[in-house]
Amino acid sequence: MEKTHYKQEINITETLMSRINELISHYPDDKIKSALLPVLHEVQDAHDNWLSIELQDKVAEILKLKPIEVYEVVTFYTMYNQRPIGKYMFEFCQTSPCCLNGVEDLMDYTCNKLGVQVGEPTSDGLFEVRGVECLGACGYAPMMQLGDFYKEHLNKEKVDQLIADCKDNKIVLHDK
Amino acid sequence: MSQKILLDKINVPGIKTYEVYRKEGGYASVEKAIKKMTPDEVVEEVKTSGLRGRGGAGFPAGMKWSFIDKKSGKPRHLVCNADESEPGTFKDRYLMEFIPHLLIEGMITSSYALGANLSYIYIRGEYMWIYKILERAIAEAKAAGFLGKNILGSGYDLDLYVQIGGGAYICGEETALIESLEGKRGNPRIKPPFPAVSGLWSNPTVVNNVETIAAVPWIVNNSGADYAKIGIGRSTGTKLISASGHIKNQGVYEIELGLSVYEFMNSDEYCGGMSSDRPLKAFVPGGSSVPVLPAHLIYKTAAGEERLMSYESLSDGGFATGSMLGSGGFIVYNDTSCIVRNTWNFSRFYHHESCGQCSPCREGTGWMEKVLHRIENGHGREEDIDLLLSIQSKIEGNTICPLGDAAAWPVAAAIRHFREEFEYHIRFPEKIKNRDHFVAEPFEKVKHLVSKVTV
Repeated sequence: MEKTHYKQEINITETLMSRINELISHYPDDKIKSALLPVLHEVQDAHDNWLSIELQDKVAEILKLKPIEVYEVVTFYTMYNQRPIGKYMFEFCQTSPCCLNGVEDLMDYTCNKLGVQVGEPTSDGLFEVRGVECLGACGYAPMMQLGDFYKEHLNKEKVDQLIADCKDNKIVLHDK
Repeated sequence: MSQKILLDKINVPGIKTYEVYRKEGGYASVEKAIKKMTPDEVVEEVKTSGLRGRGGAGFPAGMKWSFIDKKSGKPRHLVCNADESEPGTFKDRYLMEFIPHLLIEGMITSSYALGANLSYIYIRGEYMWIYKILERAIAEAKAAGFLGKNILGSGYDLDLYVQIGGGAYICGEETALIESLEGKRGNPRIKPPFPAVSGLWSNPTVVNNVETIAAVPWIVNNSGADYAKIGIGRSTGTKLISASGHIKNQGVYEIELGLSVYEFMNSDEYCGGMSSDRPLKAFVPGGSSVPVLPAHLIYKTAAGEERLMSYESLSDGGFATGSMLGSGGFIVYNDTSCIVRNTWNFSRFYHHESCGQCSPCREGTGWMEKVLHRIENGHGREEDIDLLLSIQSKIEGNTICPLGDAAAWPVAAAIRHFREEFEYHIRFPEKIKNRDHFVAEPFEKVKHLVSKVTV
């Protein structure tokens, strides 16, 4: 498979840096590697929800780690994205209890409506549909994660509304 | 009506805030423990209570606490496991979202008992909004003097932080959780040494589930003996059950252990019966890892005794005719559900979540998923059923952590109780083309076809 190298503009703002420093302060001085996972979340949120190699190198520099220590974590955990993703990522839970409540039909419906397959962003980069494993919302199925929040008890009408709200810029992705 | 210990205040308006929680008697256990009890006395109360780990394993919490190494003089840590990810389980998030201070209070009282001065709550990455709720609750508790230096003038110091994960089921395993908390991949460690001797940063560490820690304030405020009076036998106290699937009232319930499965399923106070007129086919009592049981083994054990919501009764009969209480992830299936499809779904989950460290799990979970996928999609072979049993038996017991067992058990149980359904899929591929194949024609109606065909 051809590997595309995506460019990403890196911008560690003062606000971001002060949050990073706060996270580092949660651990003993000689254990700041522990801050890696939370710091990666913060940095990713501030950079269109993905982490280029260059950005991972930057995180390594800030936390005084070897780049490989960051790469191996980014590739292990599913929430870190290594390529640009749709701005509004609909992550449907597709584990058993959600299936009992019709999530497979709802994912088909959403993909048809957006004209995409699972895992490919829309051409305008606005949406992407992904199937993920159990999100711990089995009693409120079918559901999806959108940014920092869960959208539960979904049906076709609610998905239509969500898509409309995203297009109208009415959806908050992160709780900052 | 069962006694409520964890959720009795959940409907008090504003209970999420420090002020209301405090006015309702919150943080009393911290005052009592720090001012009137020694750390060892708190440990003794928890031992007496019989409280068992609520994450799934059911190991006695007080005993786990008593293993912590106090002799080495190294710093000690309490880590709360809030990495709730077992399919069917959504109880901890309910508690953390709606009564966050109960967990914070439990963390302070428990940290005091263990002599920990630096403790963490490790929460799964997807619960991002709850992470923020807990951070705010910790800030409130700190402002009120329940965290930080010299708590309540006692000389006891405690710092408490929340750590967010990155999306990995395996980090619910306590040593993988510790690795992740150290900023690494979530690969479980070989035990021994156990975390109680060498855990976070090689320091003595106790890892407990959210629900376990949240039960500690009540035990300290009342007594271990009072707690032990609730429940049945060695299943003391109350348990949060998260119920989902084909039932009327999906949600989280606090039950006294020992409630009958029949009452839990059918009472309007709990599940309220099936969601439609389709009959009960199967259930999973404790999250996707535990064996599925068919309808005739749900309300009664194989010995004909009433099945109860307790560690002992749910596992009565061993894996042949029983299951496990596990995490309390209660999933109910009616006759439109396909056991093969469900088992394939769970196998995909475990394949996806295997950390890849041990070959039997890394390779075996993938093989099981592939074989189940081809059976479910009409390409199964007659020998596939025994092949699945062979693969699962080679994973079970042969891995560093229990994820391998968790992946193997549901496959074995599905074949044990529903073998004919697998045979039907293999022998009648044209009848299972649609993924909803049992909606129009439930298995009970076509079961006779399987027995007629001789291979």
